Amino acid sequence: MTAFVSPAAPAVRDALDALESESIHIFREVAGEFDRPVILFSGGKDSTLLVHLAVKAFAPAPVPFPLLHVDTGHNYPEVIDFRDRLAARLGLRLHVAHVQDWIDDGRLTERPDGTRNPLQTVPLLDSINEHRFDAVFGGGRRDEERARAKERIISLRDAFGRWDPRSQRPELWNLYNGRHAAGEHVRVFPISNWTELDVWRYIQREGVELPSIYYAHQREVFRRDGMWLAEGPWGGPRGAESLELRSVRYRTVGDGSCTGAVESTASTLDQIIDEVTASRLTERGATRADDRLSEAAMEDRKREGYF
Amino acid sequence: MSRDLLRFATAGSVDDGKSTLVGRLLYDTKSVLADQIEAVERASVDKGMSTPDLSLLVDGLRAEREQGITIDVAYRYFGTPTREFVLADTPGHVQYTRNTVTGASTAELAVLLVDARNGIVEQTRRHAAVLALLRVPRLVLAINKIDLVGYDEETLTAIAKDFAALARSVGFADEAVQVIPVSALAGDNVVERSTRTPWYDGPTLLGHLESVPVAGPEVTAPFRMPVQYVIRPRAGALPGAEERWGPLHDYRGYAGQVASGTVSPGDEVVVLPGGARTTVAGVDTADGPLDAAGAGRSVTIRLTDDIDISRGDLIAAAGAAPRVGSEIEATLCWLADKPLRAGARLLLKHGARTTQVIVGALGERLDVDSVRFVDPPEALTVNDIAMVSLRTADPLPVDDYADIRATGSFLLIDPPTGGTLAAGLVGNPLTLTSG
Repeated sequence: MTAFVSPAAPAVRDALDALESESIHIFREVAGEFDRPVILFSGGKDSTLLVHLAVKAFAPAPVPFPLLHVDTGHNYPEVIDFRDRLAARLGLRLHVAHVQDWIDDGRLTERPDGTRNPLQTVPLLDSINEHRFDAVFGGGRRDEERARAKERIISLRDAFGRWDPRSQRPELWNLYNGRHAAGEHVRVFPISNWTELDVWRYIQREGVELPSIYYAHQREVFRRDGMWLAEGPWGGPRGAESLELRSVRYRTVGDGSCTGAVESTASTLDQIIDEVTASRLTERGATRADDRLSEAAMEDRKREGYF
Repeated sequence: MSRDLLRFATAGSVDDGKSTLVGRLLYDTKSVLADQIEAVERASVDKGMSTPDLSLLVDGLRAEREQGITIDVAYRYFGTPTREFVLADTPGHVQYTRNTVTGASTAELAVLLVDARNGIVEQTRRHAAVLALLRVPRLVLAINKIDLVGYDEETLTAIAKDFAALARSVGFADEAVQVIPVSALAGDNVVERSTRTPWYDGPTLLGHLESVPVAGPEVTAPFRMPVQYVIRPRAGALPGAEERWGPLHDYRGYAGQVASGTVSPGDEVVVLPGGARTTVAGVDTADGPLDAAGAGRSVTIRLTDDIDISRGDLIAAAGAAPRVGSEIEATLCWLADKPLRAGARLLLKHGARTTQVIVGALGERLDVDSVRFVDPPEALTVNDIAMVSLRTADPLPVDDYADIRATGSFLLIDPPTGGTLAAGLVGNPLTLTSG
């Protein structure tokens, strides 16, 4: 290994270095204090970043946590392929909870609009119980949404998985209090303080591999509620909606029924960073139908146990 | 180009317009995007307002929007070409001590707001005292609503003078304090320099935030690092790691975040509370070894001697080690609704170690309204700040909070519920001068 040239002042000042060190500190605290942590992993850029940071936190030892994917079945094949390759490359165990299984045995009912994003909460909570996970890492960031801005880095959930924003523990210095009773668990958000632009800049700096759908590509899409949706088992196009070939990319990866693509020709990280810098819409506002439902859509889902 | 990071907090009393100031900072730095502005405009119209209410950008929870108040600390993010900002926006009225202490605990700078029509009020003193207690390195007084006093130089100079005296009386050095007259509503001196305050030759608020030096006292203090986790890949390494790292069968590294000072290979260190002395063999990261790692960096340290070290131990500079003991004199900020009495048995988290603690005698209480220490109370109730004697089950290596924040701070935790009861500061970090 070659040593770094030591800078004049070794204290961490660069924003990305500071954020990386903070995230690594959080991973190590949880590894030290919890028995059965798990990383919630969708194959999206934020959870891919989580895994990258976890690798850096424990190298040269392996990441001491498995991965959990709550699979709505409304996927992009590129993302599932990416997910499986990443887990195999790092030697990580991957648990998959298929929403379809919950629908098949009647524990969940398909929604009339075909969206399965809200249906992820029950399989998530059931999987947490089944595997007795006591700390669940998620890629939530406080800059995404107003309710998330009030979220703690380590956030207690009761036996029903509920978040109570009015009785959160104060979070002081970098001393995290993860104590919980049997049956309770914590959600951990190591990239709480990152912005969307930080994520992209860091992905570029570190050469982190992402699923190809984050880069501009030609895809048959149709217009619904001001978003470009791809054809799929979730229904559509219907009525007057029609498929057109467009150059698009995804800013978030979620359930295919409610995650839209944005028109884009950005096919490199430099171009994506320019596009994100110039963008006049938040990533959730641009591409997530589930957050447009009401002013408090995210708060309500978080209270019920969603991420 | 590398951008650095400034963590800062805002504090102010109920009607000083803090949410509007924060909204203005976000809005004028173009950190608010079109869909967020539309949502705010829609909500403002729904509430019967004629101009967008920028405070709606920051009040995140349903109850806050319904009641028009800020309940909990909210974190905000914005950036300029030279610096990124993490802003802890702390509410001024509900649970003010709890929220101010939380926001200030990670802040390198605090912005305190007053209304130009009222000047320094009781709550300004209270906030200044709490920020001084928490040793926030730098302070800004934003005198807001200067449009409502006609941009009058004499009024604003008088407030600045009062504040300088207040800041000095709670221990802030003059050079750590900046006073800036602003109007959050009209935008004067927040991001854009106002043409209506020609007599003011200082920086705008954003200009100051962008240019203020951010190095805290941790940078030059002696080296400290709590061990969070022991990395031993003996049972199996990260796939491919041996190609980069060499044979790992005997690798043993101590993972942690440098809390203060700098560590380099060859440094003499002591492992506490045990007291074994050894030498740093290497400072590793996943990207390769470092010649030196400074405050804030997460690293993995290898030592030359095979010593029994586990999570919770502290590695410190051998020549300037912290004291180790079970008797700790400290200042508590009591954050819980249930009161604290002498004799309570609680848990204490310090660095990466949690131990049992018995609360001894309660000492003097800080009366935050008069900013004076007064006679010991019978019990501490929510938002009280007081001295206390503690006895811990395990000896702890501690520094005075005034010297090193990271090794001088701790939490008190309620054993049955796991709730966080208090923020603890070793010693008494508040130095009051009469005046």
